[in-house]
Amino acid sequence: MMLTLSHICKTFYPGTVNEKRVLTDLNLQLASGDFVTIIGSNGAGKSTMFGAICGDFLVDGGSILLDGEDITFQPAHLRARHIGRLFQDPMRGSAPGMTIEENLALAAGGTGPFSRISRKDRDRFRQRLALLGMGLEDRMKQPVGLLSGGQRQALTLLMATMNPPKLLLLDEHTAALDPATAEKVLQLTKEIVREHRITTMMVTHNMQNALELGNRTLMMDGGSIVLDVAGEQRSALTVAELLERFRAGAGKALDNDRILLA
Amino acid sequence: MNVSAIFSLGQTALELGLICSLTVLALYLSYSMLNVCDLSTDGCFTLGAVVGATVAIAGHPYLAILAAMAAGICSGFVTAFLQTRMGVDSLLSGIIVNTALYSINIAIMQGASLLSMNKAETVFTRMKDFLEPTPLAQQYKLVVSVIAVAAVVVFLTFFLNTRLGLSIRATGDNVDMVQASSINPVFTTTVGLCVANAFTGLSGCLLAQSQKSAEINIGSGMVTIALASLLIGRTLVPRGGILVRALGAVLGAFIFRVVYAVALRLDMPAYMLKLVSSVIVVLAISGPYLRRRFPLLMRRIQGARAAGKGGNS
Repeated sequence: MMLTLSHICKTFYPGTVNEKRVLTDLNLQLASGDFVTIIGSNGAGKSTMFGAICGDFLVDGGSILLDGEDITFQPAHLRARHIGRLFQDPMRGSAPGMTIEENLALAAGGTGPFSRISRKDRDRFRQRLALLGMGLEDRMKQPVGLLSGGQRQALTLLMATMNPPKLLLLDEHTAALDPATAEKVLQLTKEIVREHRITTMMVTHNMQNALELGNRTLMMDGGSIVLDVAGEQRSALTVAELLERFRAGAGKALDNDRILLA
Repeated sequence: MNVSAIFSLGQTALELGLICSLTVLALYLSYSMLNVCDLSTDGCFTLGAVVGATVAIAGHPYLAILAAMAAGICSGFVTAFLQTRMGVDSLLSGIIVNTALYSINIAIMQGASLLSMNKAETVFTRMKDFLEPTPLAQQYKLVVSVIAVAAVVVFLTFFLNTRLGLSIRATGDNVDMVQASSINPVFTTTVGLCVANAFTGLSGCLLAQSQKSAEINIGSGMVTIALASLLIGRTLVPRGGILVRALGAVLGAFIFRVVYAVALRLDMPAYMLKLVSSVIVVLAISGPYLRRRFPLLMRRIQGARAAGKGGNS
């Protein structure tokens, strides 16, 4: 197993009027190479689950195993060696005041603290940037702050997968982009994930994407997983049925305003 | 004012500007790069001065420089430790360290508030002896300052382009991304503040040695003066790489001193220095903000005027 979450619990603001039980006995196992799409209403605990895996906070109970290693109490920056993560906000993944190549150099890592960007590094960065098809390979000396949201998100994707991580977490990473750019970034995601066979979890509000992308679909509600389909069962599922299954599993109507049926 | 007076005024401004520009470069690292306003700068500057003076009086002018920088590193480490490991707010940890350093500085001077280096050898007297036979003999202070500033600028340009330097710059730019690159932001903040305070200590040490005395208030107001210089530099050199902007910071320090020296000539009392530097900092920080607000303000005034006319007719 690449990732094993056992009995994960997390309560924010315990003992106050704002007490919020976000994750309740969450269990999940991902096989190596799995590409899992995750859906669920607001507050279902999707982002909190990612936060727990990445170490934004320590969980109240349960354990997290990544590729056999117990990372339950590991600090976030150490987990980041094996986990790549993209957020909805394209600004979160890169440093705006630094150039494209400087951002890539930081993400690439691997060299000593006093090493500088070599010509070999630049060649490698240029090659990788060219794959994006956005012309960024000719703008490597420009600050990242000048890029558009879509370009920045594509760059962040490249940075997160520069050294292919064991686990890639995508938290609605195309939701803030215009449809054409979102499609482009999604396409890149698929290519990169396939190329390096990265185990991936992707939160989406697009039901169609949820069923078409990857090999497995999870639905979360109330801090745990209420639906887990893969294989033939999944390929037989339609968007309408998925919504139906959600109502049955969660026992309440999905808040439809954020769900894209198309 | 005759020509030689102008010349000596310019020279003094240049020497002082260069020596103090080391503190400006320290703030360039902590304030511009790391995005931490290090308020322990005043105390650290004095620390460098008194440590340097003590060691120089003991007969080791070169060791004095290393000792002052090492003292600065310690001070920076404590400031960083408080804000990264002890949950103290970054401004507050600077203020706390600054206050603590006042006692420490007096303790280093063994209870005195002034150390005189009149009889001691300093890097400046050594340089003076060294330059004796050359035409640069009278410029020994300038030579020492130029060497120090050049060394620090070269170091910064190199350092900030290494991987460690990049991660320090990213810490002030997007701390999430530093963490995502498997680098501990606590580490980068600590290294950045240690290096910055080493320069502040060096700056204090050189100023004390050039004045041949270190007194307890030598660093007071330094953070504002250096910030004023930094912001002047940033206004003059808004773009460019590390080297260009570092040189901009040095230029800012020089211009600040020139303005100050001219003001002194025009009979401004010396004690106004700190008021002037405060005003410059306020102007430099709020200037861009007010400029953004100005068009809006004009539209509101025009709108009010138009509404007033409409009401009268």
